[in-house]
Amino acid sequence: MQSKITREEVRHVAHLARLELAEDDEVRMTEQMNNILDYMDTLNQVDTSSVPPTTHAIQNCNVFRPDRVLGSLHREAALANAPETDQTSFIVPKVF
Amino acid sequence: MDPTSLTIHELHDLLIRKEIGARELTQRFLERIEQLDDRLHAYLALQAEIALKEADRYDLGRKDPGASPVAGIPLALKDVICTRGVRTTCGSRILENFIPPYDGTVVEKLKSAGAIFLGKANMDEFAMGSSTENSGFGPTRNPWDLDRVPGGSSGGSAAAVAANLCAGALGTDTGGSIRQPASFCGVVGLKPTYGRISRFGLVAFASSLDQIGPITKDVEDAALLLQVLAGHDPRDSTSINMPVPDYLATMREPIKGLRLGIPKEYFVEGMHPDVETVVRAAIRKCAELGAEIVDVSLPHTEYGVAAYYIIAPAEASSNLARYDGVKYGLRVPDARDLLAMYRRSRSEGFGPEVKRRIMLGTYVLSAGYYDAYYRKASQVRTLIRQDFLNAFEQCDALLAPVAPIPAFKIGEKSDDPLQMYLSDVLTLPASLAGIPGLSVPCGFSGEGLPIGLQILGPHLREDLIIRIAYQFEQHTDHHLARPVL
Repeated sequence: MQSKITREEVRHVAHLARLELAEDDEVRMTEQMNNILDYMDTLNQVDTSSVPPTTHAIQNCNVFRPDRVLGSLHREAALANAPETDQTSFIVPKVF
Repeated sequence: MDPTSLTIHELHDLLIRKEIGARELTQRFLERIEQLDDRLHAYLALQAEIALKEADRYDLGRKDPGASPVAGIPLALKDVICTRGVRTTCGSRILENFIPPYDGTVVEKLKSAGAIFLGKANMDEFAMGSSTENSGFGPTRNPWDLDRVPGGSSGGSAAAVAANLCAGALGTDTGGSIRQPASFCGVVGLKPTYGRISRFGLVAFASSLDQIGPITKDVEDAALLLQVLAGHDPRDSTSINMPVPDYLATMREPIKGLRLGIPKEYFVEGMHPDVETVVRAAIRKCAELGAEIVDVSLPHTEYGVAAYYIIAPAEASSNLARYDGVKYGLRVPDARDLLAMYRRSRSEGFGPEVKRRIMLGTYVLSAGYYDAYYRKASQVRTLIRQDFLNAFEQCDALLAPVAPIPAFKIGEKSDDPLQMYLSDVLTLPASLAGIPGLSVPCGFSGEGLPIGLQILGPHLREDLIIRIAYQFEQHTDHHLARPVL
């Protein structure tokens, strides 16, 4: 059977997901994803042509709250878990 | 009498009568953990100092003992629930040093009810797994057989309750992660209706499925914890704004005259014969108690695994994008630029199952595949939900097995992700439909492993499944058995 996803595609998806896989992990991931995606084909046995999708099991639409300003996390608390800060902002490596 | 073996409601009575103090009780649990948890690894971290301080506040009368049935009671929390000032790892190396700046709503509620927290329970990394083998900090072992898994992902919580390492615990259920470990460990596990309990402060895995619930030694304890936890929360817009019934009152009503449906698709090929025997005997017991047993069909059951393992990873891939080494969590040093820092931090911090699900989720949401996978799965989800609504026109609740097999051996399925996913076949549909489900002990396999009865009810009918479970439990003694350690 033709594989659903090639190693090149796995590498591309890994890039989209901001992951990098070592050579042997990439081989194993390709094999496992193909195995799983083949199984997903069982869904094609179901006729869903007139079925609307469900994204939430409980219908809960337009949940509003009063437009009031409430307290939020203090800056110090928000920064406390960051790997690197200058006390006012998150510090990241250079972007390019 | 060993107080660690008692239920929450029994301990509540002892505390009220001052036959034991909260400090003594907390110490007994801490000693037992000290003595046994090297072997079980149910806990990732203990908070002995805070627990004893809270216990002293109870003993000094600073907490109103009559205010709540959980006042002064030592509990465990699955480590995916945020606790202010106390490390919360989600079983992941990427959050090894994360200290939340706030409490989850369930933690706030339990704290104000006077509960005491012993520590954070082990789990599959980010709740992704069915065996707790995916914990970034090593697996938990099943107290009934140390060579076997406790189930997952709330395996630490279920093992801690079964082994008397806490009076009760909170778990979370996205596709069966409360019900299946409860079944594997011989305790009670309740997954409420999606939205019945606030998810604020619960670290997100699959937001349309995640739900917090109690894991306890008996049904009454599950009911009283749900009573404390249920209700609307303005900080979780998906929480349901409906009155919370008095679960402890309705559970005492007999089940005579209730119509209980048996879904034929839940007695699957390849099911362990002992599971079928024990569950069929439990169904007969319910008939003896006056319930009318009817055969029903949930025709789309077999598609639950495929639909779930598209939808849950899709949502996970989006939710876990937040672990970027910027705001919290692991950051590798010396990355040459931002992109390299993201990629290397995430690759080093996440374990193999989490990576696999992020990959699957990213793939099924990516351009060209969205309709074939994500949209298709969401449509099948509609049909699965409809199956339940149709069934509940013919019966009040459903009885079924929780898992096709009892607890399996550590390592038995860990090399084959698809086999592990398939073991969730009987718990996933209720999660996709958002209905409440409960696992109550109903017997043992020939090898002495616990087996649970799954009771499923319509949306917001926790009262009904608790009542059925309670009446079943009152007329059986499976829940009284405890593992010898």
